[in-house]
Amino acid sequence: MDDLDAFREETRRWLVANAPPSMRKPLAAGEDYCWGGRKGRWPADVARWLAAMAERGWTAPTWPREYGGGGLSEEEGKVLAQEMAKLGVRPPLVGFGLTMIGPLLLHVGSEQQKRRHLPPIAHGEIRWCQGYSEPGAGSDLAGLQTRAVRDGDVFVVTGQKVWTSFADKADWMFLLVRTDPDAPKHAGITFLLMDMASPGVTVRPIKLISGASPFCETFITDVRVPVENVVGHVNEGWGIAKMLLRFERNMIADAFKERDDAARLLALARRYLPADDGRVGQPIVRDQITQLEMDQACFDWTLARSRARVKAGHPPGPETSIFKYYGTELNQRRRDLAVRIAGPQALGWEGEGFADDEVKLTRDWLRSRGNSIEGGTSEVQLNIIAKRVLGLPD
Amino acid sequence: MALVLTEEQELLGRTARELVAARSPLKRIRQLRDARDPIGFSRDLWREMARLGWAGILIPEAHGGAGLGYTELMVVLEELGRGLVPEPMLSTVLLGASALLLGGSDAQRSDHLPAVAAGDLLLALAYQEQRSRYDVHHVETRAEWASGSWRLTGEKIQVLDGHVADVLVVSARTSGSPANAEGITLFLLRRDAPGVRVARQWRIDTRAAALVALDGVRVGAEAVLGEVDAGGALLARVLDRATIGLTADMLGGMTAAFEMTVDYLRTRRQFGVPIGSFQALKHRAARLYVETELARSAVMAAHRALDEGADDMQAARMAAIAKARCSDAYMLVAHEAVQMHGGIGMTDEHDVGFYLKAARAAEIMFGDAAYHRDRLARLQGY
Ligand SMILES: Cc1cc2nc3c(=O)[nH]c(=O)nc-3n(C[C@H](O)[C@H](O)[C@H](O)COP(=O)(O)OP(=O)(O)OC[C@H]3O[C@@H](n4cnc5c(N)ncnc54)[C@H](O)[C@@H]3O)c2cc1C
Repeated sequence: MDDLDAFREETRRWLVANAPPSMRKPLAAGEDYCWGGRKGRWPADVARWLAAMAERGWTAPTWPREYGGGGLSEEEGKVLAQEMAKLGVRPPLVGFGLTMIGPLLLHVGSEQQKRRHLPPIAHGEIRWCQGYSEPGAGSDLAGLQTRAVRDGDVFVVTGQKVWTSFADKADWMFLLVRTDPDAPKHAGITFLLMDMASPGVTVRPIKLISGASPFCETFITDVRVPVENVVGHVNEGWGIAKMLLRFERNMIADAFKERDDAARLLALARRYLPADDGRVGQPIVRDQITQLEMDQACFDWTLARSRARVKAGHPPGPETSIFKYYGTELNQRRRDLAVRIAGPQALGWEGEGFADDEVKLTRDWLRSRGNSIEGGTSEVQLNIIAKRVLGLPD
Repeated sequence: MALVLTEEQELLGRTARELVAARSPLKRIRQLRDARDPIGFSRDLWREMARLGWAGILIPEAHGGAGLGYTELMVVLEELGRGLVPEPMLSTVLLGASALLLGGSDAQRSDHLPAVAAGDLLLALAYQEQRSRYDVHHVETRAEWASGSWRLTGEKIQVLDGHVADVLVVSARTSGSPANAEGITLFLLRRDAPGVRVARQWRIDTRAAALVALDGVRVGAEAVLGEVDAGGALLARVLDRATIGLTADMLGGMTAAFEMTVDYLRTRRQFGVPIGSFQALKHRAARLYVETELARSAVMAAHRALDEGADDMQAARMAAIAKARCSDAYMLVAHEAVQMHGGIGMTDEHDVGFYLKAARAAEIMFGDAAYHRDRLARLQGY
């Protein structure tokens, strides 16, 4: 038995012994993963699971131990993920700290920033939000107007962010500000870390078409942010902003890989479109289910190919744009098909005559429409592919 | 499953690309077509390819082959597909040699495979009939055992390289009714045997095909490939593998058509700017790129699965996924390629039309996308 097999064995044993039974079930309607943070309140078993995993550093398995991670190699991290998937255990912690700002700081943060910010992320103590978009700066992100003016050891920040997911629940925000209004628009931007408890920060939740209120408007008025909270250099935030977007797109794509969706869609089809011969009642629906299953397989292989290339020492290409574009589209097609399979039962908003999972299916469809908008719209991804991969002229 | 090529495989691909560029530029494909070349390819060039090990790529070294894997085959096929090269890789290697490898007796293998690997013996698989469409188990050609020999009667259509193959592998019904998977037997016949009549067919693409009519052709018991009545399963196994190989050829073709189109977008000017600066075209080109990348993943995964010893069910599943995706992707790329070339794309003089025709032929060959989706659903019980 080689080391990796031994690690697998040990990991499985530990997970079986330590994961509370309730954490080995899929999310029920109304339940959510643990996002951590000072403002979050989690049921006892969720908190226990978080504490147990955080103690081993397995909330951030491949981060170095000195920053609260598990210090696992890539291979070991994969084994852990596989074993968790096999046992059906939930991730103990999710959020933008683990997937966006954490990886970014590991790459470009100062030693002091890593020591200060990474352990609280891994322990689930601090929850982060992303302050990129503004009312006037969406796809054209570099057009942002939030100002930061140097005053001794601090920047005084004033402006408005919008679509800030979970700003009302987050403890800290990473944001883009304009530090040089006279420079060309990509050149005068700085990447900052800001405590949401600072005086001058107010948030107002915005309701989505799916009924949830996951994002907010964030108003920032004369907020004093210490200069040590600049990531990278002043006026050089654009490159860092783009690097973070690649982490974000990876995360979004990752969220759409390898699920048993064909099986789930098939179960839906059997429920709403039964047929005597055991096949799916409507051939067109059957064809669409198969098409999705095939496309999902091709998508997963494409992710695997890109990982294998990176591992073999090739630089990562602009493939994050493919993944963002195609992964979100797949998810949207899947949600749309689920609603069409459920038919009239998919029209429920709440209450009498509609099962919880039927309402969820419909709300998931509504929410999925945002997939091709958040993290850079599909059109923007296609622009990137056309320019960076195909070299088509401006 | 590591979906990345080794250095040796990359090198093999480069060698193949260089050979195709030197010996079979698109100009040659056009000449073969315009001359209505009766063979449709060159036996000399095929021998040259055999010397590089391609004809025997899957054939074990004991039988004179290179004993390589499906991933190596894929790398070569992609380059051949890129150049629309008509040499008999599909017919002789993917269909014929594969049938012998999967179902042949020791004697049958050692009789045929060394000559195949040397490029001297050409094979063809005659399985498709007027009414079989994509169902390889729909076989009306009959074989009857009478006074110590089999007598075969029937007609096969679009037999790839059937007009020049030295030996034909023929499916015939030895029991049951036309659509039964059971009761099919495969036979080895020489094309010059009495009662075999072949007529060259002219398709839209540049692959050569023939009608093969069998009129009471007599062969002995030793001509049976595999078991009597059990050829249906063997045929399906051969075709799943050949289908996977075909997708590598399709990948090469769609990549070439796509690259040709992107070049055109960069160079053709209208309204004082390159047409590739128009976003309506940029986005469509970017989508084509995504489709071809997904196709590449499916093709690699399918070949890799065969190398890793996929069982018949897995091979069938991989063939279905790869073929459905490549059929749709190649057609999309080829249609868009013509559109983005404008008027010149409609002319016979421009090469892009060759790819459109090759895409259509490959899409339909061994079953189109809808067929393979339905097949996957059935395989998985829905
Ligand atoms: C669910 C959700 C969560 C989000 N969370 C966050 C968050 O946490 N933090 C944050 O900072 N932001 C967040 N966003 C904001 C998101 O990043 C922006 O909505 C997105 O970048 C688009 O910007 P916009 O809304 O201003 O649309 P616009 O940029 O105005 O786009 C409108 C339309 O025009 C198209 N368009 C724009 N420019 C071009 C072009 N050059 N070529 C072709 N088409 C173009 C777009 O594709 C789109 O279809 C979130 C958005 C959603 C939906």
